[in-house]
Amino acid sequence: MYRYDEYDQAIVDARVAEFRDQVERRLKNEISEEAFKPLRLMNGLYLQLHAYMLRVAIPYGTVDSRQMRMLAHIARRYDRGYGHFTTRQNIQYNWMKLEEMPDLLADLASVEMHAFQTSGNCIRNISSDQFAAAAADEIADPRPYAELLRQWSTLHPEFSFLPRKFKIAVTGSTIDRAAIKLHDIGLELVQNDAGEIGLKVLVGGGMGRTPMLGHVIRKYLPVADYLSYMEAILRVYNRHGRRDNIYKARIKILVNDLGAAEFARQVEEEWALVKPLGLDPPPSELARIAAHFAPPVLDANAPVEIDQSNPDFANWVTVNTHPHKAPGYAIVTISLKAPGEIPGDASADQMDIIADLAQRYAGDEIRVTHAQNLVLPHVRRADLFDLWQVLVSAGLATANLDRASDIISCPGLDYCTLANARSIPIAQKLAVKLAPQEADLGELKIKVSGCINGCGHHHAGHIGILGVDRKGEENYQLLLGGSGAEDATLAKILGPGFDENGIVAAVEKVIDRYKTLRADPAERFLDTYRRVGAEPFKEAVYG
Amino acid sequence: MAEVYRLRSDPEHTAPALPLAEYQSGGTAVRLEAGDDARLLVPHLGTLRRIDIAFPKFREGRGYSSARILREAGFTGEIRAVGVLYVDQLMFLTRAGFDAVLPETPIDPAVAERTLARFPNVYMKAADSLQPIWALREQSNA
Ligand code: HEM
Ligand code: SF4
Repeated sequence: MYRYDEYDQAIVDARVAEFRDQVERRLKNEISEEAFKPLRLMNGLYLQLHAYMLRVAIPYGTVDSRQMRMLAHIARRYDRGYGHFTTRQNIQYNWMKLEEMPDLLADLASVEMHAFQTSGNCIRNISSDQFAAAAADEIADPRPYAELLRQWSTLHPEFSFLPRKFKIAVTGSTIDRAAIKLHDIGLELVQNDAGEIGLKVLVGGGMGRTPMLGHVIRKYLPVADYLSYMEAILRVYNRHGRRDNIYKARIKILVNDLGAAEFARQVEEEWALVKPLGLDPPPSELARIAAHFAPPVLDANAPVEIDQSNPDFANWVTVNTHPHKAPGYAIVTISLKAPGEIPGDASADQMDIIADLAQRYAGDEIRVTHAQNLVLPHVRRADLFDLWQVLVSAGLATANLDRASDIISCPGLDYCTLANARSIPIAQKLAVKLAPQEADLGELKIKVSGCINGCGHHHAGHIGILGVDRKGEENYQLLLGGSGAEDATLAKILGPGFDENGIVAAVEKVIDRYKTLRADPAERFLDTYRRVGAEPFKEAVYG
Repeated sequence: MAEVYRLRSDPEHTAPALPLAEYQSGGTAVRLEAGDDARLLVPHLGTLRRIDIAFPKFREGRGYSSARILREAGFTGEIRAVGVLYVDQLMFLTRAGFDAVLPETPIDPAVAERTLARFPNVYMKAADSLQPIWALREQSNA
């Protein structure tokens, strides 16, 4: 894992001092709320319905046990004992007090963490593959590239007042667990004919009210030059992205208006101008960073066969573990989706337990997934049973990864000022209803957003639910056929919306129809939908 | 408007800045609106002594690119940020190439000094002379 050196630490410490200064000036009324708002937003502090909400960055979703214990401490000391893991691999706390924020940020800085640029029209937290360095299918660990991007984008003088927020995701695998086609910039590590690593560059993906999939603007970018190429993309966007209408301000609109080919041409033109300026660090810097990410020493003789006579354990192993690069190891996903609970929430006690488990069994690493679960990336198969028993006693052994009750949900009207409708209760009701039959349903990704902004990724849901306001009443639209993976597609609205009970019933009807339509028990809902189209589902729901 | 906050020691060039559309070769001061293309000025950088760049709204950010483009093209005269700007943006402004600010609300020089001294180092190269941290790391390893 990356470790700060004195330079990194000094920047984070200076940021804490700066924010302490800004908060003091605000509390003494030396600056207006209007002038203060953008400052607090640059530190991830939003004013929500009931209190301040703080978003803490988890760069590329990776933390160690020490950091996880600090997140638990913050939940206890400054919040009500909970934290909420988000689809951007961050964590949010919902009950913050402004005057306590400087101390909180100082606590975070003591474990090499921060809230830099978790909000505002700047380059946000860089997200990545939660299975990095563990998955058998990757070319290389994407996180060193993400860390270099984190450093390059931190307090960037030219790109801190972009037309709109800017999200970058990096993956090292053709199996896309980072939704790179749905980011402003998606980067995929690829190899050229000589076997050298480079980056495939996608631009212009995003969700929100105008969902779009990203376009490849470069098939192979040498890694030695990728920061100057990023500068070129960001400069074209900063200068030409729309600023007259915030709903049209994302880069996807610019790319769409210009056409991907013309956008790519402008980037190449700008790149030719900025590349000679020496913006790219020497290869030794990437090598320095990469050395930090060396995986733990793995035991080549770790046994592969394990006793799975306990059926609950065997089921959990099947559903919640993935094959690791090393045969005697597994990648464990800890579900934060116990049916009936709030998706993505973890209590401080649970965070502490997960920190202990990571230290004892998983090379001291924990990952946050964009589906709001946690991952222990390097677990010996022989340790799985002991680990599972601890998870069971902590209420963390729900075996539902990628199944019907593993629902992504945004905070919705329970917390969010922008919401049109509640999303958490819909997710809770659906999870409870569907959990009993989810084993039969196989992979099924349900995603719920409380408004058109789409924080719950409803566009990328096999089944997406979107809360809207209909004459002052909460109303829910049903979308089918989305995917955020390597086979990315955008979900389509099926028909008129429903009230709270109606949407739950409609999802059940969709699922019942799927069961009669699937070609065989292994055909996923998404594949059935793609094969038969929307009509049979429309008929099932609207009669 | 408040007073201009300058980080240059040469005497202020006080000629009125003409809008880009009215600018003619030989003029020494010009004003770029947020959406104006700074590259149009490149042929005139030898004669220009001051370029004002407008920030009509807090959210406006194009001026940062304009200033950097002018510095990349070799301009050494004053680049002045004019408009809705706060002391907390000073580091971004100076690193992007601005060396004067004419804000709507006055900048307290004491706060400005504290703000500019805040971050000991920077991660990326920009229009100022600061070396990025990767270069410092490189040197300490050499
Ligand atoms: C509760 C306070 C929140 C506010 C005020 C908020 C605001 C917004 C807005 C305005 C957009 C639309 C941006 C655009 O289309 O230009 C958006 C998109 C998004 N937000 Fe949030 N959000 C909040 C919470 C969250 C949470 C909790 C998550 C993660 C679970 C999240 C993740 C995302 C994602 C993934 C998108 C869509 C992807 C994209 O940017 O295209 N947000 N948010
Ligand atoms: S989707 Fe809408 S309701 Fe949900 S968190 Fe985002 S802005 Fe709030």
